[in-house]
Amino acid sequence: MKKTKKLTDSSLLLIITIAVFFIMYASAVMFLGGGFRKPQAFLNILNENAALIIISCGMSLVMITGGIDISVGAVTSLVCMCCAVNLDFKGGNVFTAILIALLIGTLFGLIQGFLVAYLDIQPFIVTLAGMFFARGLTTIINSTQFNVANEQFQNLKNTRIHIPGVGSYNKSGNFVQAYIEIGVIVALLMVVILFVFLKWIKQGRNFYAVGGNSQSANMLGINVKRTKFLAHLLCGILAGIGGFVYFMHVGSGSPSHASGAEMNAIASSIIGGTMLTGGSGNIIGTFFGVLSLSTIKNIVSSLGLDDAWWTNITVAAMICLFIVIQSVVLARKNKVKH
Amino acid sequence: MNSIMKIFKKQIFIPIAALLILIVFNLIADPSFFAITLEKNSSGDPVLSGYLITILDNASELAILAIGMTLVTAASGGQDISVGAGIALAGSVVLRVLCGTDSRPETLHAPIIVAFIICCIVAMLFGAFNGVLVAYFKIQPMVATLILFTAGRSIAAWINNNELPIISDASFGYFGNFIPGIPVPTPIFIAVICMIIIALVLRFTKLGLFTQAVGINSESSRLNGLNPQLIKFITYVILGLCVAVAGFIKVSRFSTINYSVIAKDIEMDAILAVALGGNALSGGKFNMPASILGAYVIQFLTTTLFKFNVEASALPAYKAIVVILLVIISSPVVREKLAELKKKASSQSSVKEAG
Repeated sequence: MKKTKKLTDSSLLLIITIAVFFIMYASAVMFLGGGFRKPQAFLNILNENAALIIISCGMSLVMITGGIDISVGAVTSLVCMCCAVNLDFKGGNVFTAILIALLIGTLFGLIQGFLVAYLDIQPFIVTLAGMFFARGLTTIINSTQFNVANEQFQNLKNTRIHIPGVGSYNKSGNFVQAYIEIGVIVALLMVVILFVFLKWIKQGRNFYAVGGNSQSANMLGINVKRTKFLAHLLCGILAGIGGFVYFMHVGSGSPSHASGAEMNAIASSIIGGTMLTGGSGNIIGTFFGVLSLSTIKNIVSSLGLDDAWWTNITVAAMICLFIVIQSVVLARKNKVKH
Repeated sequence: MNSIMKIFKKQIFIPIAALLILIVFNLIADPSFFAITLEKNSSGDPVLSGYLITILDNASELAILAIGMTLVTAASGGQDISVGAGIALAGSVVLRVLCGTDSRPETLHAPIIVAFIICCIVAMLFGAFNGVLVAYFKIQPMVATLILFTAGRSIAAWINNNELPIISDASFGYFGNFIPGIPVPTPIFIAVICMIIIALVLRFTKLGLFTQAVGINSESSRLNGLNPQLIKFITYVILGLCVAVAGFIKVSRFSTINYSVIAKDIEMDAILAVALGGNALSGGKFNMPASILGAYVIQFLTTTLFKFNVEASALPAYKAIVVILLVIISSPVVREKLAELKKKASSQSSVKEAG
């Protein structure tokens, strides 16, 4: 009995997410073959989405406490631009760039967290304003795209960590080792840290309590305001880190960077089993949510349906599917209760 | 003093105060902002022009959307973020009906009214899709509408085979610009008609009462004999209709469409209009005039910023500052503190009088 009860909760959603990802990837390997068979294809998904993984983790944290943060994409863009300007025009080095990234993220997290938690303003409006502000500020700082030429940064950007023993043979028969970028290490580290934080640290468990029912959490002696504040602060910091990882991947600053990243992050979290109503969710699920989202995009484009609209429509269909699954699971859970 | 306090406490105070601040600011900076002149437009007809007319004209779509968004917010406690994509869809349908498969038609393939009705039906269908997800599947509105937010513009492009039809017939442009002989932009009339309709609906039906009841407590409204699911569903269909009208105006303005740019970020502005009107985004009570006024405040702000040569892409930053200031002032915590301060001040003054 205890085991089935446990399964009906978020762990069932998590299992569905992981299963869907593996089925999708396996069928892609089987029916589409080609690019998907190479280990590098899988690792490229990680390389391209390292920043999105980090941002989505932050988004999940906030969503677990029942809030939302739609400013993350704009903060990412702002971080890219500030770092790029710092490196190229202000004579900064990689360390000042990292500091700037963290500072911007922390500032956004602090202010938004304060407004949401202590002034009791709806998170949607606060982070909407944050999004507008970050997007506008990015253009004010520099309105055009430019590539960063800083040598130290280029070295960091081009650092590739080769995985021994994994790789594939190219056309001329040479063995090409598969590689990942530094951003992937950062992303995986964040996933592990946040997983541990949410699973075994008291403050992390508070997130679920506040998201599930903030009133009863308050009665249990949990500081609801501080928990909400902390969630937004962490989300801001993660957006800053994600911004720098994104910057490392693209190596340029542009006002149009990471546009729509907030919606991708929300979609990934939802696919991963985090509910907007709060109280349930899982970082591992979010991780697989990002992977599923980008795998389906890759599948659509390799099917030859290269038009941008097909990608959007399939992604929307996928979100729709997961939302319906969630609502069915939730309905079942409510029935068990009664 | 008492009557002033009463106004201060009223919900509509926030948008009115914001509007007054903007008006005073413009009066000081440049009084010519309020000048309205009669000029000849490109086709030689005398038309009114001036910043005020621009504001009223451009805010029409937003005001119409704010009507539907207020109802949706009140009933379901969430917002529809797919309205921008919905406008692209509705506009695409209008062009598809008018142009057929030919993207550069010499004559219209169907009467404009038919195109309008079909576009209304399609937009209401998409509204119904959102409504079913929210009302019957009990999905958070923002998540449910995320689906059409992602896919809407793509479907719009697909409807017209990714072509960008251009309508050369001048009569189609009347709805977004000027009808010859009438110096006031047509969208203003359309917006006013929509407002009158919603005012009549709220006055003579129980829609307003029911949506608020469902928004405040859907379970107790069910126990009182309402059908909360149906009411939530209806509000989404109404929003669909609003989207259709707004989309129709939008394509009529340019007689063409750009799927990825048309009505971009308008969902954010529409939600902002509702919030500026002092309505709780978590549902329940709503104030329709305040929301509509909020839409005009946003357009007023945008036009003011444009006048000061702020770049279009930098605009959001200034908007954000204004929004944050407004929500901080109107937040319950700050209001309580202000009320306390006032009480202290008044009690001190009364002590002085007694002494």
